[in-house]
Amino acid sequence: MNKWNSQQLAWKIRRHGIEMTHRSGGSHIGAVLSVADIMAVLYADVLQYRPKEPDWEERDRFILSKGHAGASVYAALAECGFFDPEELTTHDQDGSRLSGHVSHYLPGIDFSTGSLGHGLSAACGMAYALKKDGKPGRVFTVLGDGECDEGSVWEAVLFANHFRLNNLIAVIDHNHMQSLDFQENTLEMEDFGAKWRAFGWHVLEINGNEQGELKAAFETAEERRRETPHKPVVIIANTIKGCGVSFMENDILWHYRFPHDGWEYDCAVLELHQVKPNGVEDPYTPDGIKNPETPTEADDIYKDHTFTYTWNTSYPEQMRRAKAASGSSFGMWGQKGEKEV
Amino acid sequence: MRDAFVRTLIALANEDKNIELITADLGFGVLKPFWEQLPDQFTNAGIAEQNMTSVAAGMALEGKNVFTYSIGNFPTLRCLEQIRNDCAYHRANVKIVCIGGGFAYGNLGMSHQATEDLAILRALPDVVVMAPADQAEAKACTRALAGYSGTAYLRLGRGGEKRIHQDISQFRIGKAVKITDGQRVAVCSTGAIFEEVEGACEILLNKGYQPAVYTFPTVKPLDEEVIREIAGDFELIVTCEEHNIIGGFGSAVAEVLAEMHKKKARLLRIGIKDQYAAKVGSQTYLRQQYKLDALSISRRIMEELL
Repeated sequence: MNKWNSQQLAWKIRRHGIEMTHRSGGSHIGAVLSVADIMAVLYADVLQYRPKEPDWEERDRFILSKGHAGASVYAALAECGFFDPEELTTHDQDGSRLSGHVSHYLPGIDFSTGSLGHGLSAACGMAYALKKDGKPGRVFTVLGDGECDEGSVWEAVLFANHFRLNNLIAVIDHNHMQSLDFQENTLEMEDFGAKWRAFGWHVLEINGNEQGELKAAFETAEERRRETPHKPVVIIANTIKGCGVSFMENDILWHYRFPHDGWEYDCAVLELHQVKPNGVEDPYTPDGIKNPETPTEADDIYKDHTFTYTWNTSYPEQMRRAKAASGSSFGMWGQKGEKEV
Repeated sequence: MRDAFVRTLIALANEDKNIELITADLGFGVLKPFWEQLPDQFTNAGIAEQNMTSVAAGMALEGKNVFTYSIGNFPTLRCLEQIRNDCAYHRANVKIVCIGGGFAYGNLGMSHQATEDLAILRALPDVVVMAPADQAEAKACTRALAGYSGTAYLRLGRGGEKRIHQDISQFRIGKAVKITDGQRVAVCSTGAIFEEVEGACEILLNKGYQPAVYTFPTVKPLDEEVIREIAGDFELIVTCEEHNIIGGFGSAVAEVLAEMHKKKARLLRIGIKDQYAAKVGSQTYLRQQYKLDALSISRRIMEELL
């Protein structure tokens, strides 16, 4: 029985993520926030594991292929009993076990990642070996959507279908943004689900920041892989980069920027406190923040930081194919995205 | 040499069901005996070296002893980061096998030649690098690597390299093999270029020299003990490799010599002089063109001994 339900765990992951990046000056808080619900549902409801026996033979394997969201899996593991959550404050620091990208020198981590486009292949290898040996463990991996620019991902997508790896479940944290811009403005993905379907996979497309939809998708994935023991399953989880902190949502600035002292940290923490589930405590600011700083008109908030916003070429085709929706004041990003005419 | 590898691996894989062979869609004819005899231990991963290498890492982490197979520089440089991050960093039990080291696929062109692989693989921590000289060494290397748990690279010649050794006794990863004793000059080589080295040494013998000869089936970890020993005994150490002159076997030997306080020997490195093979031709022709044939090697050594 897990200590936390997925709502509580997701909140913990977000709160730890803000604190870890705030203290270390580390990047990728936007990705940690987008993937938080996926990680929470996995660790609270889906994965089979034993925190005191991390190499338990019959566990489900898990690879966070988008290794830059390492803080999310560190927080999940710590809160699920693999190590003391106090260690999270060492993230990115000298002598820490918690490197910016995921390292297997930490209990509960099955595979190191950080360079994109490796995790799905390694997951295929694990699933293939488990299946060959008739072992029960399933293999789960979470990829980024930007990661799917990497050609090696599609090599693995071919492999997984060809070898009928029905013990493999991939989840895409489809937050529609990557390093410099929206995905559609970087390398146009068009119909993402159709690509996976064309490669032979079962495709489930859901809202990945809705935990009910995530749980249902994992249940469906389990049924699908039993019903038709032929195909691997991918859950394309449409998420919002920066989900849970309004001024970080859909703003590419927060791919690299960390919450600085002052209004950035104060407002992020306060927003999380407004939605804190019952039964969880904030280990860092248990009573919230008294006299918080707030942004002024001079502060860099709710602006468009995508590179195509200021990249004006004479190239004949328009490459800015999605509307910039930086900051929640522009409204939520639709699941399919809006095409700019 | 590749047949010796496949025969040996089949014998080993019959005994050890955890041995798996994965190819990136190469080995037509050559690998057939393996898949016919051991279909459950064979995988064709398609023309996708990056995925093949990470799949191998994943399988190894689940307890398999995995050999990946391709030709030229495809199993290494094409998927170098997968070897680095997924195999070596995890100390995954993956053996990367290259058929056609050096100019073996000479007339196919530069794309199919492996002439920087030793340098690049040697630079990766926790990767054993082996390049056998003949069929006997290929067999011994294959057996040794099957019994080794970790990431390793095995660079093989392509085909009919003649057998120089009888079965090698006391073969170990990291140990050089002494072929003959000699005086003044010790000639050390790694890999299939040994057939040219042997020819060069015959020429030297006819000219009245008495070269000592060693093969180094393991480039990493290097047999530093033998290097130190011969550095004290001989006036010239020659390294020879079918590989770029930068970073490979000769460089590894140079690193040991450079840090020795007292030594007698100076070093002559013979390899490809930091260039790609833009000329077209067979392995024999390219060795001549790039001064790696028996005659060129012998001349170069004699110049040095004058």
